[in-house]
Amino acid sequence: MKLTVDGLLVYFPYDYIYPEQYAYMLELKRALDAKGHGLLEMPSGTGKTISLLSLIVAYMIQNPHHVRKLIYCSRTVPEIEKVVEELKNLIKYYEKCQGEKPNLTGVVLSSRKNLCIHPEVSREREGKLVDGKCHSLTASYIRERHERDNSVNICQFYEGFNREGKESMLPYGVYTIDDLKQYGADRNWCPYFLSRFAVVHAEIVVYSYHYLLDPKVAELVSRELQREAAVVFDEAHNIDTVCIDSLSARLTRRTLDKSAAALQQLEKQVAQIREEDAARLTAEYEQMVEGLREAAAARETDTILGNPILPDEVLNEVVPGNIRNAEHFLGFLKRFLEYLKTRLRVQHVVQESPAGFLKDLSARVCIERKPLRFCASRLAALLRTLQVPDPSSFAPLTLITHLATLVATYTKGFVIIVEPFDDKTPTVSNPILHFSCMDSSIAMRPVFARFQTVIITSGTLSPLDMYPKILDFNPVVMSSFTMTLARPCLLPMIVSKGSDQVAISSKYETREDVAVIRNYGQLLVEISACVPDGVVCFFTSYLYLESVVGAWYDQGVVANLQKHKLLFIETQDSAETSFALINYIKACESGRGGVLLAVARGKVSEGVDFEQHLGRAVLMFGIPYVFTHSRILKARLEYLRDNFQIRENDFLTFDAMRHAAQCVGRVLRGKTDYGIMIFADKRFSRADKRTRLPRWIQEHLRDSLCNLSTEEAVQICKRWLRQMAQPFTREDQLGVSLLTLQQLQSQEQQEKIEKQVIQK
Amino acid sequence: MTTSSEDVLLSVGYVRYKKGDGTLYVMNQRLAWMLENRDTVAVSHKYADIKTQKISPAGKPKVQLQVVLHDGTCSTFHFVNPAGAEAQAKDRDQVKSLLQNLLPKFKRQIDGELEMKSRLLSLHPTLKHLYEDLVISKVISSEEYWNTPTLKHYTDSSNIKQEAGVSGAFLADIQPQTDGCNGLKYNLTQDIIDAIFKTYPAVRKKHIDYVPNKMTEAEFWTKFFQSHYFHRDRIASSSSKDLFGECAKMDDQAIASAMKHTPLDLTVDIPQFIEPVPLLPTEDDAPHEKERGDSTSIHRNMIKRFNQHSIMVLKASHKTNSSNSNSSSKTTNNNNKVVENGVRETNGVPEKRPVEDKCSTEPVEKKKRILEKIHYEDLADTNTNQDAQELKLSKVERYLLGPASQMSQTTNTANPPPLSALASICQAWSSGQQCSRPVRVGAGAAVGALGELSPGGALMRHQHAACMAQLIPTDIKAELHRLYLSGGELLRELWRCFPQPGSTTDTEDTTARAEKFYEALLRFRNVKLRPFEEKMLRDLTPLATTLTKHMNQMIDTAFAKYAVWQQRQAKLR
Repeated sequence: MKLTVDGLLVYFPYDYIYPEQYAYMLELKRALDAKGHGLLEMPSGTGKTISLLSLIVAYMIQNPHHVRKLIYCSRTVPEIEKVVEELKNLIKYYEKCQGEKPNLTGVVLSSRKNLCIHPEVSREREGKLVDGKCHSLTASYIRERHERDNSVNICQFYEGFNREGKESMLPYGVYTIDDLKQYGADRNWCPYFLSRFAVVHAEIVVYSYHYLLDPKVAELVSRELQREAAVVFDEAHNIDTVCIDSLSARLTRRTLDKSAAALQQLEKQVAQIREEDAARLTAEYEQMVEGLREAAAARETDTILGNPILPDEVLNEVVPGNIRNAEHFLGFLKRFLEYLKTRLRVQHVVQESPAGFLKDLSARVCIERKPLRFCASRLAALLRTLQVPDPSSFAPLTLITHLATLVATYTKGFVIIVEPFDDKTPTVSNPILHFSCMDSSIAMRPVFARFQTVIITSGTLSPLDMYPKILDFNPVVMSSFTMTLARPCLLPMIVSKGSDQVAISSKYETREDVAVIRNYGQLLVEISACVPDGVVCFFTSYLYLESVVGAWYDQGVVANLQKHKLLFIETQDSAETSFALINYIKACESGRGGVLLAVARGKVSEGVDFEQHLGRAVLMFGIPYVFTHSRILKARLEYLRDNFQIRENDFLTFDAMRHAAQCVGRVLRGKTDYGIMIFADKRFSRADKRTRLPRWIQEHLRDSLCNLSTEEAVQICKRWLRQMAQPFTREDQLGVSLLTLQQLQSQEQQEKIEKQVIQK
Repeated sequence: MTTSSEDVLLSVGYVRYKKGDGTLYVMNQRLAWMLENRDTVAVSHKYADIKTQKISPAGKPKVQLQVVLHDGTCSTFHFVNPAGAEAQAKDRDQVKSLLQNLLPKFKRQIDGELEMKSRLLSLHPTLKHLYEDLVISKVISSEEYWNTPTLKHYTDSSNIKQEAGVSGAFLADIQPQTDGCNGLKYNLTQDIIDAIFKTYPAVRKKHIDYVPNKMTEAEFWTKFFQSHYFHRDRIASSSSKDLFGECAKMDDQAIASAMKHTPLDLTVDIPQFIEPVPLLPTEDDAPHEKERGDSTSIHRNMIKRFNQHSIMVLKASHKTNSSNSNSSSKTTNNNNKVVENGVRETNGVPEKRPVEDKCSTEPVEKKKRILEKIHYEDLADTNTNQDAQELKLSKVERYLLGPASQMSQTTNTANPPPLSALASICQAWSSGQQCSRPVRVGAGAAVGALGELSPGGALMRHQHAACMAQLIPTDIKAELHRLYLSGGELLRELWRCFPQPGSTTDTEDTTARAEKFYEALLRFRNVKLRPFEEKMLRDLTPLATTLTKHMNQMIDTAFAKYAVWQQRQAKLR
C-alpha cells in the first residue's frame, strides 16, 4: 500500500499494516526531520525492519539532499541476510508500482569467508583461514612478484575486479550475499572487494555492527561514509557490550608465549632481509622519517586490520625515532613482552589504571608512552615490509601491539586487571591480563558525532532511559511501542512457588537447594506435559544448567521429561549446540515435541528464534544476573556510578532484565504466533524487576499472574492454550491489530495511534 | 492316518513330549510327534497354525524346542538323545533350521479382507458392539455395516501401517526394583529391547556378536545395566573391560559424522552467526579448559549423552517413518525439483559459473528459508493455499472421541453416554455433509457454548448429571452407551441420505438408501430400544423414561424430517 506518514509518501510492500508500524514510522520520521538520534523499542515480530526500511528509503528518495545514505547494522549473519531480503522485497514493490527500479543501490558487506568465491580459498570453513589465504593471494607484493614470476599464485577474481571493477558502479538494485557472489562469478570479479568498493557509493549498506563500531575494522571499511546518513542499529539491546568488546583485550600466558615465538621469527626474517635486501628496510625507515606511514596503506588488500584506536585519537605525527628501525622496534616489543610476562607472574589480583600501568612500565623497562602508541601501526608496517604472506600466524603479536596502543592512548574509562587464577580453581595457575573498557560511550561517540541520524532499536530496550546514559547521547525521539493484539497471544506469568509452596528463586543462597531444583523440574515437567510442540528453558548460567541437569537426573526429572518430549541441551561447543538445535527443530516438526535447555546470555538466547511451534512456551529459571563477582564488572559498575550516576544495583537489574526479556522474547515472532512466557523466580514479582520488562510484556502481566504456584500456572496455561487453538483469521485482526489503508486513514484510528506511543 | 500322503522331511528320535519318549516328524504340511511304539500321531501342528518357534539357550541342561501356536498354546519338545548334549543340540538345530525355512511359507493366507475385518472387530470393542447390535440383531445387513463412513475410516486408515516410534524415556522406564538382598532387578520387555536396538545400533551389534555364543541373553543385559552406557552419570572408564565402552565411542563417532554431514539451517548455524574480527585470536583459540572439576565434567558428559540420546531416538523414529510417508515426501520432492528447474532457467549464463555447481540448490534453499522467515502472513494479501499436510490417523476413534472415551470402553466405567453421542453427531456433521468445513458458529461462540453445556455451566445447572451418573448402575450405563453408539450410527446414515441444502440432485439411489435406513432405524427401535425401555421400567422406575428420552427425541426428529422429505418428494413427482 502507499501511505502518507506525516506528509511523506511511503511505499509499504504489504496490503495491510500494523498500527504500531505506522506509529513507529511517525517517530522515525521525526528523528530524520530533526537530524537527531533516536531510541525506539518495538516488540519483536511486529515488522520493525520493513517499517524502518520503507520509511527511510522513501525519505531518501524524496529528500535526496537531506539523507543520502542508509547504513543498517545488525548483529548476526542471518539477521543481515533477512534485512537484505526485505529490502529486496521493498525495491521490487517500488518497481511494480512505478514501473522502474528506483535509483538506489543496496549492498551487503560480509566477511571474506561469506563472500569468497575462489575455488580453493572458499573451501575453508574458518574465517581466519580464509582471511589469511586471501591475503596471501592478493597482497600487493605478491602481485608484484607474480608479474616477475608466473609461478606465484594470485587470485584471478581479485585481478579481474582490479582491472575492470572499479570503473563502473554496481547497477541499481539490491544485492544479497548470493547475488554478489553470482554477480562476481559472472564477471570474474571478487565479490568481497566489489562489495567493499560498493559500500562507499551505495545508497543502502547492510552490515554487521563491527564494521562501524570496532575501530580496527571501521578504519578500513567505513572510513569514507558521508555525514548525511541515517545509521540504524537493529537488535541493539546489547550495543554497549559490543562497544566495550571492541576496545578491550585479554591476554593469557599462551598469547604471550606465542607472541614470543612470533617475535623470534620476525627477528630472523629481519636479519635475513638485512643481509639480502637491506634497501627495503632502509626505504621503510625513510618512509617513517617522512611520516609516510599511510603511503603503503592505501593498498586495500594489504591491511586486514586497522588501528585499534578511534580515528580521532590517532596521532598525526611521524613515528618516534626509537622504533623506526626494524631491529629497534623488535627490541622494543621484546622488552614490552618481557614486562607483560612479569606482570602475569603475580600471586594476587592486581587492578590498576592505564596511567599506573604506564608509569610502572616506564620505571621498570623504560618504555615511554609515545612510542607505545604507535606500536600497532608500526607492526603492521613491518609485516608489510617483510612481505609476510600469511599474517594470521602473527595474530597473538598483533593483539599485544593493539594492547600497547590502546593502553597508551586511553587513560580514562579503562582498567587493567591481572588475575593469577580462576576464582573457582584457586590452585590452578592461569594468569590472565584484562585490559577492559568500562565506558561504552567511547566507541559510540564518534558514530553519534559523525552521522546525522543514528537510530537504536530493538524489541527489548526497557528501561529506555538507561541507554542514553550509558551511551552518552541525546536522543530527539525516544519511544516504546506496544503490540496491538486481537487476541492475547502472549501469556507472561511469574511463578514464585512450587506445588509444595516453597519459594523458587535462583538467588545465590537457595539456588542449590534440592527443593528449589525439584520445583524447577516439576514446573518444567508439568509444562511440557500440557504445552504442545516446543518448550524452551533458559538458565542463568551454564554452570547452573549443568548442576541442575545433574540433580534432575538423580531426581528422575529427566526421565519424566523424556516421557513427554525429547530433551536437548545447549552445550558450550557451538557446533554441538547447532546440531542439537537442528534436531530440536526436527523433533518439533515431527510432532514429538522437544524441550531445549539453554543459557541466558548464551549463543542460543542471542541469535536463534523459536517462532510458532518451535517455541510455544519459554521458561526463565531465575533472574539472569551477570556473574557479580567478576572484577571487570565491579570496575565497570564503579565507573558507571562515579561518572554516569548509575547505581550499581540499577545497572545490574537493568542488565539482568534485558537479558530475561531477550530470552522470553525468542518465542514470540509475530502476531499470529503465540507463546507462554514463564518467569520462574520469586524476585520477578518485585516492582523493580517487573517494571523493567518491556512494555509489551508488562501490559499482559496482570497482577493476578504475578504470584503463581506451579499448579496454578499449569491451569492457566491449559485454559489459554485452548483459547489459542481456535482458528484465527484476518477478520479477527482487522481494525484492531491490522489495518487496511482506509482504516489507517480514518481520523479515529490516527488518534488512537498517537495515543499509543509512549514518549519519555 | 494322514502321514501316508505326506513326505516326511526329517524324523528325529529320542524326543520327549509330556514325559513320553517318541519321534518327531517334520513333514510337508505339519509338525508331528508319535509316541514310541505307537502308530497314532499324538501331536500334530499344521505349520499354518504355528506362530513361532523358540529354543532353549545354549547353556541350559535341557535341550528343548517350543512351538507357539496362533491360539497361544504351545508344545515343548525335549531332545533326549542318549549320545549326549551335543547330539541333542544337533538334533534340535536340525529341526530348528528346517522349521525356519518352512514356517514362512505357511503364513496364513486366509482371505485378507475377512481377516482384516475380524481383526478390526477384535481390536476395537466399539466396532464389535456396533456389529453385534446392528448386524447380528439384523437391523442392517453386514454389507451396509461395512460401508458406513465410520467403518470406512477404519478400513482405510488401517491400510497405512504406521510403525510406532521409540519413546524418549524408554531407558528410564526400566525401573530397577530391589530384590531385597542388595540386588537390583530390571524388568525388560521385548518392546524395550526393540527400542534399545532401534535407538542404539551399536548395542544391537554387540548383541549379535556376543549372544548366544559368548554369553547368554541374561548375562548380556546384566552387563548392559551395569555399564556406564546405561548409567549416564558415570564416567566412561578407559579400561577395555566394559563391554559397552566402545559403544559410547561408536555413538560419538556416528554423531560426529552426522554433524559433519548435516547441512545446517542458517538460522541455527551458530558458529557462522558472528563475523569474527579478522586476524585476532578468537575465544576458541583458548585452550579447552579440561582440568575443570570432576563433577562438572560428569555433568558435561551427561548433557552430551542426553543430546545424543534424543538425537538417536529421533533418528530411530525417523527411519521407521520414512518408509511409509511416501506420499508426502513425494510431493516435497516434486516441489524441490520445480524450484531447481526454475533456477536453472533464471541463471541464464551457464558458461561462467565456476562456483557452486555442486551445491546449486543450497542458496535456493537458504533463500527460501529467509523468505519464510521474513514473511508476515497476516500482512500479505493473497493467501495462496499451501499444500496442507495430510493427517494420518491410526486410531481414528481416539481422534473422534478423544482418548478418554477410548479408555472408558475398555474399562466400561465413567463417561456419561451423551458426550460420546454428541461427538459422533458432530462427526456426522463434518464427515457426512460433503462441504469441507461448515461454519455454523464462530469458534469463540462454540467454545463458549461448550462451556455452558458442560457440567457447571449456565445451561447445565439444573441438570443433575453427577447424581445421574451415580444412580445408574454400571452395566446399564454400558448398555445405554452401546445403544447410543448404534443408534447414532443409524441416525447419521439416515441424515446423510437427505439431500444437502445446496444440491438439487437427489437420485433414486439416495431415496432408496434413506428408506432402507429409515426402516433400519424402525427396526432398531423395536428390537433394541423398546426392550431396553421395558427393562428399565422394571428395574429403574424413576429414571426409566428420562434415560431414553434423548435417544427417542433424536429418532423422532429424524423421522419427522424423513416424513417431511417424503412428502416433498411425493409432491415433486
